[in-house]
Amino acid sequence: MEKDDKQRIMLEKVLKEHNYQESALLEILHRAQEIYGYLDKDLMMDISGSLNLPPSHVYGVVTFYSFFKLRKSGEHVVTGCLGTACYVRGVEQIMEAIEQEFKLKRGGSTADGKLSLLLTRCIGACAMAPNIVVDDEVIGKATKEVVTQKIREVLGGVKAET
Amino acid sequence: MSVNIIKLKIDGVEVTVPEGTAILKAAKDSGIIIPTLCNLEGLTAYGGCRLCLVEVSGTPKLFPACSTPVGPNMEITTQSDKLKEYRKMAVQMLLAERTHICSVCVADDHCELQAMANQLGVDHVMFERNWSQDEIDSTHDFLVIDRNRCILCTRCIRVCDQIEGVHTLDLKLRGKDSQVIMDLDEHWGNSCSCTSCRKCAKVCPVGAIYIEGEPIEHTKKRDIAEFIVERRNRR
Amino acid sequence: MEKECKVARTGCIGTCSVGPAVLVEPGDYLYQSVTPDKVREIVRDHIVLGLPVKDMLYKNEAYFQKQHRLVLRNAGKIDPSRIQDYISAGGYSALAKCLATMTPQGVIYEVVTSGLRGRGGAGFPTGQKWSLVARSHNTPKYIVANLDEGDPGVFANRTLAEADPHAIIEGMLIAAYAIGAEKGYIYIRSEYPLAIQTLQKAIAQAKAMSLLGEKILETSFKFDLELRFGAGAFVAGEETAILASVEGRRAMPRPRPPYPANSGLWQKPTLIQNVETLANIPLIVQNGGHWFSKTGTPKCTGTKCFSLTGKISNPGLIEVPMGITLREVVFDIGGGVPDGKKFKAVLVGGPSGGCLPETLLEIPIDYDSLTKVGAIMGSGGIVVIDEDSCMVDTARFFTEFCVDESCGKCTPCRAGLARLKEVFDKITHGQGEMSDIATLEKSGVYIRDASLCGLGQTAPNPVITTLRYFKDEYVKHIVEKQCVAGKCFKTRDEEELE
Repeated sequence: MEKDDKQRIMLEKVLKEHNYQESALLEILHRAQEIYGYLDKDLMMDISGSLNLPPSHVYGVVTFYSFFKLRKSGEHVVTGCLGTACYVRGVEQIMEAIEQEFKLKRGGSTADGKLSLLLTRCIGACAMAPNIVVDDEVIGKATKEVVTQKIREVLGGVKAET
Repeated sequence: MSVNIIKLKIDGVEVTVPEGTAILKAAKDSGIIIPTLCNLEGLTAYGGCRLCLVEVSGTPKLFPACSTPVGPNMEITTQSDKLKEYRKMAVQMLLAERTHICSVCVADDHCELQAMANQLGVDHVMFERNWSQDEIDSTHDFLVIDRNRCILCTRCIRVCDQIEGVHTLDLKLRGKDSQVIMDLDEHWGNSCSCTSCRKCAKVCPVGAIYIEGEPIEHTKKRDIAEFIVERRNRR
Repeated sequence: MEKECKVARTGCIGTCSVGPAVLVEPGDYLYQSVTPDKVREIVRDHIVLGLPVKDMLYKNEAYFQKQHRLVLRNAGKIDPSRIQDYISAGGYSALAKCLATMTPQGVIYEVVTSGLRGRGGAGFPTGQKWSLVARSHNTPKYIVANLDEGDPGVFANRTLAEADPHAIIEGMLIAAYAIGAEKGYIYIRSEYPLAIQTLQKAIAQAKAMSLLGEKILETSFKFDLELRFGAGAFVAGEETAILASVEGRRAMPRPRPPYPANSGLWQKPTLIQNVETLANIPLIVQNGGHWFSKTGTPKCTGTKCFSLTGKISNPGLIEVPMGITLREVVFDIGGGVPDGKKFKAVLVGGPSGGCLPETLLEIPIDYDSLTKVGAIMGSGGIVVIDEDSCMVDTARFFTEFCVDESCGKCTPCRAGLARLKEVFDKITHGQGEMSDIATLEKSGVYIRDASLCGLGQTAPNPVITTLRYFKDEYVKHIVEKQCVAGKCFKTRDEEELE
């Protein structure tokens, strides 16, 4: 509860910074996602009210852009770059290996919510293709061995801590 | 503010209209009907369906008649083999995109897509047809939306925003996944902002939005078009 | 040692495949694949004893010889986080020259003379665009710098922003002065955190030195600059879609006319320019339009940055004069295909570019020559494809990309591309029929001609060009159920196994 209040105060600050201007909707959504981790319906309704925008407009914008998330993602996030260079250099095989080993589908999370597998269209590191991002670390010239090992490490790391 | 009156040619016929008039309107005023599915007079032009594309001499590009303003001495062609071919292609793509089965559709015989297909002589669809199976939302007291029949013309969204002024409807997602939604993608019956004004059903060119229990010919009576234009002119 | 030697951070040098790289000056000694251990060796031998460590030097001289660095003039030379570095390299002197000695018309005249064309893809003459906005009486006017580099396989704008952010800002300032704008936005992809940081810092520094804000360089000229973040939509790079996005709406293009020069952001006259175009501007002002027009070809002046990727020995970011041949880029600079594999095709212009075969490698790189063979300049992506790739699968991949990125507004792009993708799925799964080829051809041309915006109009390019240059592969897939690269039907078996 306390945490919620703090988040709301932060959001209010962002709204104020942007003068409650409707044209700042994208900026506000970006910041809101930073604060809350994802954009759920209550939050969208809140923003829609604060900016005096129709709810359907806000929902339309949020779902148009693939960067905005409607659901909480896993504790650890693996993002495969499906840019041209990465595709030509075989990122697809790595993605399949991840899906098989960790039993999840791209765009989804594992049943225990520990791991999400996402896709992006190019992170702009094409010369290092194929690229896979594990949490915030970019693995360039990736192979399925290196990537699956890395994922096992980050997953294992959590278990060791708890 | 004085408006320049200009001369141009549409299908070889000389036309005199105020500068800036949309080609579609200029043509209509001189009795030339350019096919369209997304346009509705009184609502802002959308340029989405691509049926109203016309040729303008001097450029190989095609222009949507609904949103392109006329210019002095323009020579516009609204009918050609290529345009006919392209219009048929657009209709086929729309028919293949979702579930369009006239015989079981509420709008059978009162459907603009169906009429367009007949008018253009679309006798087959060159693509594998997609049979979308989205749930029909009949949670509202009398308004029903069947997104399987939607052609994403956005007339309903525009009339809701521009004439009724509530903006209950909008689009979610993008591309082929786009859908018309109410508020935060709620069931229609749960929509807080909808005023149940029925305009969306009246402007829907197909059978995607309709009124439960009301004869379709009543819903789709053209009086709504006059109402919209009149409201628009008053503003 | 500290007094004799300075260690500095710099932007990308462009040799991405052999990173991390260290440049030792004087003498432009570039060390490749450096590690902490290797650094010790470099310091000991090169810095202290003056003996360059030969076997660690970057050996591919042709990589730099054929390049001509105008836009990337400072990349690898200055510390992008220090405005002082940019100024001491001659930065902001073009702005000072404009404000002190040139009229806005004079600036536009130089840009027209330079022959510079927009680097965002379409190649519209920049000077002409500026005159259109300048002539409009409506105020206020806006500038939007397009850094929404959505093309997968392209990273030229990112590199530019990370290596030389002030070149973009100075270009915007000069443009603002020329057209009479007081407010500008840089629209940048949120996938580029380092570029965002670098630009934010650069804007803050420029504000602190009154190069942005009120009374710039003690004149009455004022200009304010803000960053706007994209959120993962390729179509937002389109001219009218970027406007919708800056206004906080769904990035859906709208028909033109009205053109943004007359009715852009909030229906006000707006200049939309790619950041690479803008980075050329200070040079043009400083050296004159005539000087600039001497580089490149008469109809297509200057240079172009290309992101060279795929199956190529030296991937990286290059900048070459317009008119250079594709062969020079792929083989001389890029070093050809690695691992003894055979070159098959080169994709020029990003996901909606054209796949060109070896026989077309002699064509010069300029807007018109590329368009003629079915490719586009686009945002400068060059992806080399070798014998391991199937052209049908490649065309399918790009079509799928465009299906995902279509905004959904117009029928051809939304409904048409999705149908094309289904036809491709059929063919790559061994269920193709010969009539599918005609369907692809016919609808490809329709989608190209009838779509609302550049995305739909160029999306069928890979389909049309692979059909034109690699039709035999399609026929093989359909008739013999064979994929020369062994890519297609195998995946089907795997799917069945699962």
